[in-house]
Amino acid sequence: MNMKKYIGYRLISSFFVLLGLSLFIFTFSRLVPGDPARLALGPMAPQWAVDKLREQLHLNEPIYMQYFYWLSNLIRGNMGQSLVTRRGVFSDIVEFFPATFEMVIFSVIISSTLAIVLGVTSGKYANSWWDNLVRVTSYVGIAIPSFVWAIVSVFLFGYILRWFPTLGRVSTGIALPPKVTGLLLVDSLLAGRLNVFVDGLWHMMLPGSALVLGRLSQEARITRASVVENLNKDYIMAATSFGIPERTITMKYLLKPSLIPTIAIMGMDIAGSMGGSFIIELIFNWPGIGRYGMSAMLSNDINAVVGVVMLIGIFFAFMNIIVDLITAYLDPRIITKMKGT
Amino acid sequence: MDTERLKERIRKNWYKFSRNPLSIIGLVTVLGIILIAIFADFVAPYPKHAFIFVDFPNAKKSPSYEHLCGTDMSGRDVLSRIFFGFRYSLLMAVSVLSVATPPGVLLGLVAGYLRDTWKDTVIMRFADIFLSVPSMVLALAVCSMLEPTLYNAMLAITVMWWPWYTRLVYGLASSIRNEYFVQAAEVTGASTFHILFREILPNCLSPIFTKMTLDVGWVILIGSTLSFVGLGAQPPTPDLGTMVSDGSKYIPGQWWISLFPALFIVLIILGFNLLGDGVRDMLAGD
Repeated sequence: MNMKKYIGYRLISSFFVLLGLSLFIFTFSRLVPGDPARLALGPMAPQWAVDKLREQLHLNEPIYMQYFYWLSNLIRGNMGQSLVTRRGVFSDIVEFFPATFEMVIFSVIISSTLAIVLGVTSGKYANSWWDNLVRVTSYVGIAIPSFVWAIVSVFLFGYILRWFPTLGRVSTGIALPPKVTGLLLVDSLLAGRLNVFVDGLWHMMLPGSALVLGRLSQEARITRASVVENLNKDYIMAATSFGIPERTITMKYLLKPSLIPTIAIMGMDIAGSMGGSFIIELIFNWPGIGRYGMSAMLSNDINAVVGVVMLIGIFFAFMNIIVDLITAYLDPRIITKMKGT
Repeated sequence: MDTERLKERIRKNWYKFSRNPLSIIGLVTVLGIILIAIFADFVAPYPKHAFIFVDFPNAKKSPSYEHLCGTDMSGRDVLSRIFFGFRYSLLMAVSVLSVATPPGVLLGLVAGYLRDTWKDTVIMRFADIFLSVPSMVLALAVCSMLEPTLYNAMLAITVMWWPWYTRLVYGLASSIRNEYFVQAAEVTGASTFHILFREILPNCLSPIFTKMTLDVGWVILIGSTLSFVGLGAQPPTPDLGTMVSDGSKYIPGQWWISLFPALFIVLIILGFNLLGDGVRDMLAGD
């Protein structure tokens, strides 16, 4: 019962926050100088064509009416036309989203697994040489901006060692498997084409690692801190004094409470990777939503920018609700606390 | 008497800070960077190379004794430009944080003190709007709609930075307002202004200060990312992010043009993060 109320509360407040976000980003995009109609048609277009387009886009009306038109279109799944691709922003997003989603999921699986392993081992053996190594490495890892890692890894693994390809999603000349989910790795497995799967995975290594790096360091540090904290709790000492094997204590009693902070920041991290993918996809020419959004931003394609930002906002809100549910499952006290406030 | 206590306090804090060798490394790195940024004109081996300078016979020279980090595509000494680049990184961090913190703190104080009223809801939901999208995306979007200059990049980062302080101070203020000294002030008829700034704010200062030190690295990270994609400082400004992106076209042949600035970006951020952690440990439980 409480859980349902909590979800309902979260959904409603996310809705209003997203409405606010759309208002902010829309108003901002209309306030900046530059005529969207003129931008859409180019400098050579005759004035009457621009005027006609202004009429069609309701640009001559006050800004709150424009927002109203835009919002009512948005609800019907129409985000306007991209000035660059000349297609609907919504269909563009549907086309480009899976590539990004695939890479984000890939990097999340790798970074969470590694972060938990590193965090738990270094926390359990705090102040050992292994712990110190992990801590210093994670300090450096956090300080490396993703674009720096991207450039360095392209140089090192792409050119010097020649282990991984540096551009795109698959090698040229490879026929793509039939589109089912839009996720290349899944599609190639469904079609039973292992060579495409391996090729796709290989292409994902460098951009994926750039997304993994910063998050991995952050999550490993948080896991370590919470393992150290939980190790000093009374129930661990009680379990030890009962003679329960150390392995059982770690796996059964220590892990669950220690992972709550890690999972709690994971939602933000996953959505943060969507932000990170903007830069990564630009560098690695990855055909996803980040590259689409980035090129829209660099070419002043306002409709596309607003659409992409809204999409990321929705994804972010969704992710945070899911993560809240998982943490509430792991630690039911959270819901009880929510009730109190 | 008072100076004695101050001395004692400084000694205690320094002891706590210096116990961790990493904090000392951070402090030394940061001081070094600040000094180099201030005295770039004297420290840089070729101060004239910072902005527009062309010397094609010496272009794309690999690192040597004369040019420790090599020269770039128009013959400018990379190390000198990096030293001048420190100025822009620090300028970015200092201006963003000094503009974003006061309104963020003020809104957090008001919302936290007036918790469970409509004012609290309005302020916090408003702050949530800016936190509803990863900061990088919003900064990129805002920046792309403005003219790409260093100052607009600062503006874009500031716009998305203040809500973090609102959230931090909101949490602090809403628990401090239940303390006896605040209630005592209320009972004696102190003004809201007095309660906010004289009773609650002083007790929030050390977390705010800690967050500011920790944030310097993040601001520099996002700032350099913005200029890397061309939405920040424009050439010929010697900005580290711009240098990395310009030089990346010459990878792998002339790797030093982009990799050395990249290395120094990491160094700055690492230095400030280590310092920030030291400050946090120092002020924790004070």
